[in-house]
Amino acid sequence: MSASGVVTIMKRWIRGPIAVIGLAGMVALAGCSGGTSDSGSGTTSGPTASGAASPSASGKISGDITVLAAASLTETFTTIGKNFEKAHPGTKVTFSFGSSATLATQVNQGAPADVFASADQKTMKLVTDAGNASGPTLFATNTLEIAVPPGNPAKVTGLKDFADSSKKTVLCAKQVPCGSAAQQVFTLAGITPKPVSYETDVKAALTKVEQNEADAALVYRTDVSSAGDKVQGVTFPEAQKVVNQYPIVALKESRNSATAAAFVGYVTGPGEQVLQQAGFGAP
Amino acid sequence: MSRGAGAGRAAGLPAVLITPAMIGLAFLVLPLVGLLVRAPWSRTGAILAGSDAWPALRLSLITSTAAAVLALVLGVPLAWFLARPQGRFRSALRALITVPLVLPPVVGGVALFTVLGRSGILGHPLYQLTGFAFPFTPYAVVLSQTFVALPYLVLSVEGALRAADRRYEDAAQTLGARPAVVFWRVTLPLIGPGVAAGAVLAWARALGEFGATITFAGNFPGTTQTMPLAVYLALETDPDAALLLSVLLLAVSIAVLALLRDRWVRQW
Amino acid sequence: MVTARDQALNPLLVADFQVRRGDFDLELQVTAEPGEVVALVGPNGAGKTTTLRVLAGLLAPQRGSILVDGQVLADTRVWLPPYQRPVGVVFQDYLLFPHLTVLDNVAFGLRTRGLARSVARARAAEWLARMDAGDLAPLRPQQLSGGQAQRVALARSLAPEPRLLLLDEPLAALDARTRLLIRGELRRHLAGFTGATIVITHDPTDAAVLADRLVVIENGRMVQTGTPQEVARRPRTDYVARLSGLNLLPGVGVDHGVRLADGSLITVPSPVAGPVFAAFRPSAVALWRTRPDGSPRNVWSVVVRGLEPYGDSVRVELESASDLSFVAEVTPAAVADLGLTIGDRLWATVKASEIEVYPR
Repeated sequence: MSASGVVTIMKRWIRGPIAVIGLAGMVALAGCSGGTSDSGSGTTSGPTASGAASPSASGKISGDITVLAAASLTETFTTIGKNFEKAHPGTKVTFSFGSSATLATQVNQGAPADVFASADQKTMKLVTDAGNASGPTLFATNTLEIAVPPGNPAKVTGLKDFADSSKKTVLCAKQVPCGSAAQQVFTLAGITPKPVSYETDVKAALTKVEQNEADAALVYRTDVSSAGDKVQGVTFPEAQKVVNQYPIVALKESRNSATAAAFVGYVTGPGEQVLQQAGFGAP
Repeated sequence: MSRGAGAGRAAGLPAVLITPAMIGLAFLVLPLVGLLVRAPWSRTGAILAGSDAWPALRLSLITSTAAAVLALVLGVPLAWFLARPQGRFRSALRALITVPLVLPPVVGGVALFTVLGRSGILGHPLYQLTGFAFPFTPYAVVLSQTFVALPYLVLSVEGALRAADRRYEDAAQTLGARPAVVFWRVTLPLIGPGVAAGAVLAWARALGEFGATITFAGNFPGTTQTMPLAVYLALETDPDAALLLSVLLLAVSIAVLALLRDRWVRQW
Repeated sequence: MVTARDQALNPLLVADFQVRRGDFDLELQVTAEPGEVVALVGPNGAGKTTTLRVLAGLLAPQRGSILVDGQVLADTRVWLPPYQRPVGVVFQDYLLFPHLTVLDNVAFGLRTRGLARSVARARAAEWLARMDAGDLAPLRPQQLSGGQAQRVALARSLAPEPRLLLLDEPLAALDARTRLLIRGELRRHLAGFTGATIVITHDPTDAAVLADRLVVIENGRMVQTGTPQEVARRPRTDYVARLSGLNLLPGVGVDHGVRLADGSLITVPSPVAGPVFAAFRPSAVALWRTRPDGSPRNVWSVVVRGLEPYGDSVRVELESASDLSFVAEVTPAAVADLGLTIGDRLWATVKASEIEVYPR
């Protein structure tokens, strides 16, 4: 699992500087760095092919769409995309996974895409406020869980361990969704955490635990389950009070709005099973 | 007469070179211009006052300088061993040294864990003995930066060593200089420009380091959060602020390089 | 008096070594007295520079021993590195350190011997003054002319007061005019040096002016040694003969004559026996269109193989019917009178009294 964590960080690392430069007028490039899509084709071919396949919006569910989705959805959406293509022959779904905020920036900079799935409503609001989409649907929830190295060497039992400076704990930075969720949980619990690091994303936080460099990290339930036996999960009651909502929306600029709408419908319908198997909650 | 020859040469600039050179220049400069144009100058005060920028900038300058110094201390002798003794394993050694150049820095960070982390080969006994572990400390930042920056220094110093006229070293020996004295008083000054160039490259690479740092050192304001990490996080919530911080990092690094150039690279 | 004789009996430098690298094989015995200047002369690749590197300690020979002033620098058990040898070297391109001033270049060898910077600089300044280069002290080597650089290099190698001084083609980097000037100057400076000096050169005039004794090396072996006059008058190889501008013909003494390699017999001034060399100046060769007669002359039928201007005269390369080659030197007027062109058949004569004969 560390490999996947690393890969995700790599993707983000590559995206980071490119996004900075991209904002200076090279937005298309940032889209290119999306990397993994199960179709195996580069993401640039997605929108181009989509344009060719259906030059105008039509009611028919076929052709290519490009989906921008939060990094935490990488495994589940890849599976859902395959299922969708089977259910609707003639369609092809290309994914670009990344940090929700980065993806929102790309959408607002005019990146050619059809669907946007965010890891929180705050980020979705950036896109809807800019008028690039409206009426997002909630399709999954995620709650926080404590990830500890196998065997839980530091004997972490709950949130209060994050206030114990003799234990090396890591949190997500408040600027990223898992970090803002963590902040709410600690406020509710009345605990002031003393982490050694505010990680730039959830996978970076997870890597620290997988490498046994951190005694505990506060991450999403889905991250703990996808990490397999590299980490163990420790649940805590306050988690249920801060539920992260995942919204999805078809983008206004989509050139294949029928298929985009169908994909959104598929995620909220048949896709639920895949999501729940991975540890997501129902909306 | 010499002026005439010079003018003749200038007139003969090869067009074949001009076009790609111009495109190359534009490719490097235009994104920077874009940064400058798009940076939210009107919000400068607010962004810089309310952000982690200053501690991050301070940490970046300190750690990258430390990394460049560490790279010098380790890299110059390493370059010497690559350039001088006639060894059979030299090309293998050089290949090993260039590994960090091609390794994604994030993987480099994980690799550092395996050696210097709390459970690493060397890190574990250190942790057992002293309770000290590198990750999440500024030392880890320096080590991450050194890891990625060292090859730049080694390769450029090695090139300088190969290009240097070794007969000067012979001359120094016949004047009573032991090998160590030859190295300090003759070899090193002779390859000074190469060493300076390598150190500047290493410093610049260390200053921009992100992947290995976030993996091996983590991100804590004032302790391990360097400027690139701060820029990355700012990008999550306030892309405009990220632009401005990038410009700040650029400006500071250009100023430092210009200062260095005037102060002592000119000497050679 | 006794000391002087002891020194004469025990040369300052006694070297005997062998270097083998691939096809190259150098085996040499060199000695030098205190105050003596020995020139190593020989064609390119003969082993001159290799010898210098061995003596300086920059190259380890396969076997051999080197003694300087009674101190063993190298033998089967000892190998002193260059920095422990009382040996100074002036390299071919002088190799002044470009990052140091002239003064610090000269002070370098004093600093390495532990002298304080100020003391080393003061003494370096003295050495520069002695070489008439005192005003160069603050300059960088790049600012020096060839002749100035040579003086500084000499000062630098002499400052640590070596017992053996090695100079590698000290005049080769200079243009012809400076060379003449510097050569005399160098001779003067070397005369003041009490240790032994070895000069490497390929120029016979440089060797003749600078050296008390020549050692000629060819193909890694010493082929001849002696004062410049001896070597010039009685060359023992074609290379030395060419350097001295003499024709050299090996042969065997028979009564009043010498039988040459081609079987012909030449007449010489006095009776000789055994293997000998016969040498004569090109200007001693006279050329004729028709076979001359009378007087004790050696006569060859020859073909002109080449014509080459040589100073005020012309050198005519000749080849006899029996494959002997030698050179005649005649005036341009004679060339015109005889109407000489390449391929001409002529008669060449040399008076017996003009031929120097000495044992091989």
